[in-house]
Amino acid sequence: MTATAEVSTGSRGNQPPVPDGAITVTLKIRRFNSEFDDEPRWDSFEIPALPSDRVLNLLHYVKWYIDGTLTFRRSCAHGICGSDAMRINGVNRLACKVLLKDLLAGGDKPTTITIEPIKGLPVHKDLLVDMEPFFEAFKAVKPYLITYGNEPTRERVQSIADRERFDDTTKCILCAACTTSCPVYWTEGSYFGPAAIVNAHRFIFDSRDEGAEERLDILNDIDGVWRCRTTFNCTDACPRGIQVTKAIQEVKRALLFKRV
Amino acid sequence: MSELTLARPRTPRRPAARRNNFELYSWLFMRISGVALVVLVLGHLFIMNILDGGVHRINFGFVAGRWASPFWQFWDLAMLWLAQIHGGNGLRTVINDYARKDATRFWLKVLLYCSMVLIIALGTYVIFTFDPNITD
Repeated sequence: MTATAEVSTGSRGNQPPVPDGAITVTLKIRRFNSEFDDEPRWDSFEIPALPSDRVLNLLHYVKWYIDGTLTFRRSCAHGICGSDAMRINGVNRLACKVLLKDLLAGGDKPTTITIEPIKGLPVHKDLLVDMEPFFEAFKAVKPYLITYGNEPTRERVQSIADRERFDDTTKCILCAACTTSCPVYWTEGSYFGPAAIVNAHRFIFDSRDEGAEERLDILNDIDGVWRCRTTFNCTDACPRGIQVTKAIQEVKRALLFKRV
Repeated sequence: MSELTLARPRTPRRPAARRNNFELYSWLFMRISGVALVVLVLGHLFIMNILDGGVHRINFGFVAGRWASPFWQFWDLAMLWLAQIHGGNGLRTVINDYARKDATRFWLKVLLYCSMVLIIALGTYVIFTFDPNITD
């Protein structure tokens, strides 16, 4: 197929030659364009791909060579920036961290991969969602160092054990995969959500920080940690392998026993 | 915060007294009452349905005999109150999670609390005023 004067064509012109060992997979993408669509729709694309390709490569193929209007976020493409969280075959994943070979249907059956925007946040276009409600919850837990009294003249020293205490929750890249996998968040967006609690945990259990009381007060609210139903969707969704549900439980325990 | 604010160093800006612990206590209550209910309800089911003849021996006299003892009165009372409040609190969180409009949420909760109060009051009334010598 050559890129002729069709309405929807890729942004990079002609399709490249199909590499050896490529298989054809169907990419079923949830599309929405507020200018033309009243309701979201499904678009399917048959594309050649290698088992070693990431899902992000498949999306690039669609955007570059088939339909340039496909919209999604991505930046580093290596699981660091947290831009391309999406629902892949019904679970929240980073498109740049999922390999096609892990999604292949067994035997000779054709492979279909469904891709949707992350749930619970307003969709702007296709896979692009409004992240602002997510970041508002993040900001509400004061995710920065709070100290009182005089500034020390040297750096704030911390033991290895004290650093270890909150090591897991420092890994968050704010991709929103956990928060938008939470069933409570889907129906009630006022819940702070796992990501905000993880980032509160990162400072609550930091020995250098003195704002634990304030953050615990915020998370003790009706929309705070007690909303968590321990479904573990967040732990499953986290691309950084953070034990999110465990972190939420640790915040609950800190509130319960008034001890950090 | 300026560097000269040294009046109360290391004091949190928000005093702990402002903390509203309702959700914490309701969460804790669910755990404790849940464990208590496992004992109470399984014990109740065992006595009523399995022990000597099970459900076939239950009649007015059997119930009257059991409620003659303050122990079983307390058992049934505890089961009634804990089950109602445990279940009611569970439904409250379900309503909070799933009701989309504030009005729906409010009226569902009114309905829930009314039914809880009614059943608790009625059950408590029956347990305490039960008359084994009733004649009609």
